[in-house]
Amino acid sequence: MPQVDTILNRSDHIGTIGARTGIQRDKYTITPGLYCVGWPTADSPVLITANYKLTFDALRHELGGVDAWILVVDTRGINVWCAAGRGTFSTEEIAYQVQRARLVDVVTHRELILPQCGAPGVSALKLKTACGFKGIFGPIRATDIKAFLASGKAADETMRSVTFNLKERAVLIPLELFLLLKPLVLTLACLVLFSGFGPDLYSLDRALQRGGNIAIVTIISIFSGAVLLPLLLPWMPGRQFWVKGMFLGIWVGIFTVQHFFPSVGWTAVTGMAVWAMSVNSFLAMNFTGSTPYTSLSGVEMEMRKGLAVQIVSALLGLSCWLAGPFFL
Amino acid sequence: MKEFRYIDGAAILKLDQAACIGCGMCEIVCPHRIFRCVENKATIVDYDACMECGACARNCPTGAIFVNPDDGCGCARYILNSWLAKLTGKKTSGCGC
Repeated sequence: MPQVDTILNRSDHIGTIGARTGIQRDKYTITPGLYCVGWPTADSPVLITANYKLTFDALRHELGGVDAWILVVDTRGINVWCAAGRGTFSTEEIAYQVQRARLVDVVTHRELILPQCGAPGVSALKLKTACGFKGIFGPIRATDIKAFLASGKAADETMRSVTFNLKERAVLIPLELFLLLKPLVLTLACLVLFSGFGPDLYSLDRALQRGGNIAIVTIISIFSGAVLLPLLLPWMPGRQFWVKGMFLGIWVGIFTVQHFFPSVGWTAVTGMAVWAMSVNSFLAMNFTGSTPYTSLSGVEMEMRKGLAVQIVSALLGLSCWLAGPFFL
Repeated sequence: MKEFRYIDGAAILKLDQAACIGCGMCEIVCPHRIFRCVENKATIVDYDACMECGACARNCPTGAIFVNPDDGCGCARYILNSWLAKLTGKKTSGCGC
């Protein structure tokens, strides 16, 4: 029985940075099975969790001074909520791990404490039939688990409500940026390449100079869409994310005009501003997947309009940008 | 989650009160506190806060709750990939989450 530490060491923290930046996002798993913290007995509670190491670390970190069993189920390295949504954190998987760990021989009680976010995938009632253990939904956040255990397994409204505060939003930013790196490099390469066209067909100087300008606008748009948007989310106008992004895009557009006009002509500067709006709107829409309050129906609904606006504005912006050297 | 509201009227969530036995599971599992059980019947008190996670439907013993059964989360990347998959006829690559 592996006993795990409730204090995270340096390599755990380095691993967390790796997972949060995407460097080792896909291989940050731990072996499913039974673990323990402290010195649990046959009466100690059994906590169920996913085999994503960030999830496991978040749980054990909160269990200082607690004697408990932790049963890690195989969610292919995905967190509890997402795994429950896609069906890997499931009634069947928990029942399987309970049997595999011979939990009936380890504890005398017949109770499993489930993370509340596992509920989309786990039926607490069916769990009893499937493995003989009754499921009890604990709090949403691991930070509340001690209070939950101390209060005789009762969770209040706060423990049962999902939040999305500044810190919870900020930790998502590095991964958003990391995922954008490859498309950004490709986009910038294309933009610089196409920036060279003009009345005299092609000029490398122009490619670098104009390419540099639109690269600056694109990078600022990435910063506003993937960094400022998550941070400013509660204060951004509109409910739909593509609209929130448009507002940020208008700011970036105004900045673009102020900064580049008149050294860059009207046609090209308008193109840059409209392009910035499209990029901001698209990135904002992409952030829906990271929030804990957007419904699939809602996202689908806003995407039908949002994506059309983004495609049209991207084409319009880039056309103006390309036409720039031919006009003013 | 009162500080964040998404599109009103978008979520697909139905509660059949005739089938409800008032066990209170939906009230326990909902991360947006949408349900309240009063006199052995659940009611939806905040419909527009629903994000279709499906926790209530999964844990309803009588199948009284219906939530958008489409696979996947409320994630633009996921929907975009599934639309692209439909266009190209290939299998969807999911959303990486």
